[in-house]
Amino acid sequence: MKYLFQLFFRSVMDVAPLLVVIFFFQFVVIGESFPNTPRMLAGIALVITGLFLFMRGLEMALFPLGESLAFSFAEKGDVKLLLAFAVAIGYSATVAEPALLAVAEKAELITHGRLTAFALRNTVAAGVAFGIALGTIRIILGHPIHYYFIGGYTLVMALTAYAPKDIVGLAYDMGGVTTSTVTVPLVTALGVGLASSISGRNPLIDGFGLVAFAAMTPMATVMVYGIAVL
Amino acid sequence: MSEYGLIIGDLFSVFRDVAPVLVVALFFQFVVLRARLPNAHRIAGGFLALVVGLYLFIVGLDMGIFPIGEAMAEKFSHPDHKQWTIAFAFCIGYATTMAEPALLAVTKKAEEVSSGGLQSFRLRNIVAIGVAIGLAVGVQRIFNGDPLWIYILSGYATVLMLTWLAPKEIVPLAYDSGGVTTSTITVPLVAALGLGLASNTPGRDPLIDGFGLIAFASVFPMVTVLGYAVTMKTIVELRRRGDKR
Repeated sequence: MKYLFQLFFRSVMDVAPLLVVIFFFQFVVIGESFPNTPRMLAGIALVITGLFLFMRGLEMALFPLGESLAFSFAEKGDVKLLLAFAVAIGYSATVAEPALLAVAEKAELITHGRLTAFALRNTVAAGVAFGIALGTIRIILGHPIHYYFIGGYTLVMALTAYAPKDIVGLAYDMGGVTTSTVTVPLVTALGVGLASSISGRNPLIDGFGLVAFAAMTPMATVMVYGIAVL
Repeated sequence: MSEYGLIIGDLFSVFRDVAPVLVVALFFQFVVLRARLPNAHRIAGGFLALVVGLYLFIVGLDMGIFPIGEAMAEKFSHPDHKQWTIAFAFCIGYATTMAEPALLAVTKKAEEVSSGGLQSFRLRNIVAIGVAIGLAVGVQRIFNGDPLWIYILSGYATVLMLTWLAPKEIVPLAYDSGGVTTSTITVPLVAALGLGLASNTPGRDPLIDGFGLIAFASVFPMVTVLGYAVTMKTIVELRRRGDKR
């Protein structure tokens, strides 16, 4: 019970900076009061409660599920199966992601349909799927992450030179948008779990990094799509 | 959208977020790997907390934070008071990142794995300062109209240089922090600011200049996390050298 209070207090502290900033800019800089204070306070209470429940859910469900999967895969020792999982989770989690949906629709609107939201979403999802699979291979092989990083971003830079100007900003943003609040914890727990169950791997050095892969590869796939259609 | 529609819409978007991940994970666990799930009851309860939590979080944002935040972003997206716009970008970048659930998850895991050596709170502060600097620089760029790729290229060049100097335990975590900073809370507010600025600043194109602000929020945290690690390492080495004397 004491632990739950601590967890709740921490959620309050996590949201506090946001409240300070909004209050400061509204009252001091803009110099107006809030249009609908009770509604806003209710919203803040929901945000804090929601964050608390989310953090509780992480430690009770999402982290254990990711670890359990990692151990099962390690025990089975079937790399192809693991890669199939990486691709499935990367693709399915991304293609219907609300944040991606919003950006893709906006992009279709602004380009007057030359980029379609559907193709853009699939391009990004394929990028994430490939990224997580590649990142998983890195964990198994124990390679230093920055070699992949250098290779990946060199490719991104090379594509930037060829890609139509209109798509560059969009492609760069896709890196950040793709990894959702549910995918990140699961994928992180999976990576750390794999690194812990393969001997000779360090969870910090080898386990983290899957999210970075998932953010890098969509930039490349979106630019390739842009070069192809624009 | 009506109140009712908003609440249903949010429920649908949470469901769309959770369902595919859960279906794939459980399919592999039970059907492909034929593994048992220890503590299945606890995990089921945890998922319920997670879904309800995420739902309340998003409804709360839609009710309490986004209307006012987006109105602010719109108010500050005019080039006539540049200092305040940059200050707003800096502060909102820091504040939204501190409450970003995906970042909380990654730093929590890092704290667990390092047995408390990497404190979640400190790590999140460093990441949040990175996002803050990134957005301030990104807004400045929209005002100037400099090409995006110059900034992103120099950002990644700095990341590479620092990677070479930093302790290798921090490198993957630093790269990850670039990917997780921009999600549930940050993206809507930053996108509103970026697109607003690009539409209101003469000579800017929403497609070319409006997008791309989020990219700043992913490159700069890598720089601050690596930079912090390099600084700490240098301080420790200097102290050690001092002790030997």
